[in-house]
Amino acid sequence: MPGKGIRIEGLRKRYGEGDTAVDALRGVDMQVEPGEVVGLIGPSGSGKSTLLKCLGAVIDPSGGRMVLGEEVIYEDRWRVRDLRALRRDRIGFVFQSPYLIPFLDVTDNVALLPMLAGVPNAAARARALELLTALDVQHRAHALPTQLSGGEQQRVAIARGLVNRPPVILADEPTAPLDSERALTVIRLLNDMASRYETAVIVVTHDEKIIPTFRRIYQIRDGVTQEQQRAH
Amino acid sequence: MISLAGRDILHAWGKFVFTGMGLGLLIGVTLVMAGVYRGMVEDGRSLLDNSGADLWVVQRDTLGPYAEPSSVGDDVYRSLRGLPGVAAAANVTYLTMQVRRGSDDVRALVVGIAPGGPGATPGWPADLVAGRHITRGHYEAVADIAAGFRLGERIGIRRNHYTVVGLTRRTVSSGGDPMIFVPLKDAQEAQFLKDNDAIWQGRRRTAANPQFNRPASPGLLEAVTAAQSSSRYVNAVLLRLAPGSDAADVAAALQRWKRLTVYTRAQMERIVLGKLIATSARQIGMFLVILAVVSAAIVAFIIYTLTMDKIREIAVLKLIGTRNRTIAGMILQQALALGAIGFIVGKITATYAAPLFPKYVLLVPRDSLLGLLAVVLICALASSVAIRMALAVDPAEAIGG
Repeated sequence: MPGKGIRIEGLRKRYGEGDTAVDALRGVDMQVEPGEVVGLIGPSGSGKSTLLKCLGAVIDPSGGRMVLGEEVIYEDRWRVRDLRALRRDRIGFVFQSPYLIPFLDVTDNVALLPMLAGVPNAAARARALELLTALDVQHRAHALPTQLSGGEQQRVAIARGLVNRPPVILADEPTAPLDSERALTVIRLLNDMASRYETAVIVVTHDEKIIPTFRRIYQIRDGVTQEQQRAH
Repeated sequence: MISLAGRDILHAWGKFVFTGMGLGLLIGVTLVMAGVYRGMVEDGRSLLDNSGADLWVVQRDTLGPYAEPSSVGDDVYRSLRGLPGVAAAANVTYLTMQVRRGSDDVRALVVGIAPGGPGATPGWPADLVAGRHITRGHYEAVADIAAGFRLGERIGIRRNHYTVVGLTRRTVSSGGDPMIFVPLKDAQEAQFLKDNDAIWQGRRRTAANPQFNRPASPGLLEAVTAAQSSSRYVNAVLLRLAPGSDAADVAAALQRWKRLTVYTRAQMERIVLGKLIATSARQIGMFLVILAVVSAAIVAFIIYTLTMDKIREIAVLKLIGTRNRTIAGMILQQALALGAIGFIVGKITATYAAPLFPKYVLLVPRDSLLGLLAVVLICALASSVAIRMALAVDPAEAIGG
């Protein structure tokens, strides 16, 4: 579902109450356009994971606004009823480890999401195969995850994140386990996919070797983001 | 939608099959235990069926002849035979004892049957699988095949030896001991008469007693001695009713007799099943409960462990939008699959193991069906622990930090 990317304004998250309360996000502003890949960097404890969990509708923010495409999904409270369906249909996830389902082959790992959304098995598998072909792992379509290399597993994970054509993909340290060459390949693939499917991609990373590949970077520190434009 | 449970089982089939086989052996033991109980009930019923009686007349205020000792005069049957509604009456004795077979002994229920023939006289075995019925008044026997005797073989009972002339099948006591049918007089002797030494000692004491050995009463000592060395008692009188007679009516008429108690078939079945095997049934029931609890604990532990192994995958599944019921269904289906493997293995094990047991093990389809339902229920309940854990997994666990 191509759309207008994702926009967040004044997003806050507080853990705990009273004297022990911790403000993990103190008013985060961020906008990622369709087809754009931005980096989100920051030291440990700066609020990266909290921001990712809020964006992924996994935890409830404490305030602020989130707009996905043209729909306000959060404004002081969630504006969508079914967060599970929101995560399934409109947000793609790529993790530090691929976390593929070990008992499903590559095709079904990718096709599982559309199947969960009610797409018939054959159509879901066709869609999965199309993405696997785009990511050049179609030759491992019937292999189990344990039979793949680390790079292949990460490509399959990217395919899974893209398979429902979400307007936004959240990638949490997707290159951490990879060497430089493969890390750059993954980022190139994310850029290609973002362009092809008009998807906004947010990549959380510590990885110095891929930071130069982003045109825009959000640096988060003490729960506040700062945008950095980079020349290419 | 693909079956996540099916794929997981196929992926780790070895673990499932071997665990299911272990569980199956436990289920097999459970089915055999149920079969042991059914066998005891069936033994009790066949005891009553084989007697060929409609009414049992026993010593007053006893639960004889199977649950308690009972002594009835061996001439009572004559007066019973003349009652309205009674077609046949026959004395019978029952004595559970060790009978000799060569140098070994076998536990058996020795049944003394009155002269007559099969069908005409209650107490006689109805059908033989080999040989013939007893035709002589002494020293012939018909034995149940489970006692291990062959035709022509000699059985030692107390002082006498009996030749096996016929073999029966499924004629057993309520405890499952095979029956050995002998002529009534021989059985009375075996049951009530003392051994030679005891008889000799008894005669000596009687002769030494001035009450019985009076010089002025010639013949008194001989009469007392003769009375002491003969048996005039049986354990029960079996009655067969004339067609159209009502057992309750005949029993009510007999109850008026002062020194006798009469039981109908239904009453005797309640005594045999309710009193003789009640304790064993409760014992087996306890075993079944324990086995069910152990099976549930094993299934719960296995499913819990299998689910724990997939906790990260479950977090990912929840994060990408898998419904809770899909995850719960996956765990439940795995538990049920484990139960199904266990039940199949258990049923096969029980079927092949049942004939090897020394006592009758009766596996009935109803018990298998109940067993299957119990397995399904136990697996469903056992999976609930793992399901609760899986549903409590936070999808945020899939995201670092």
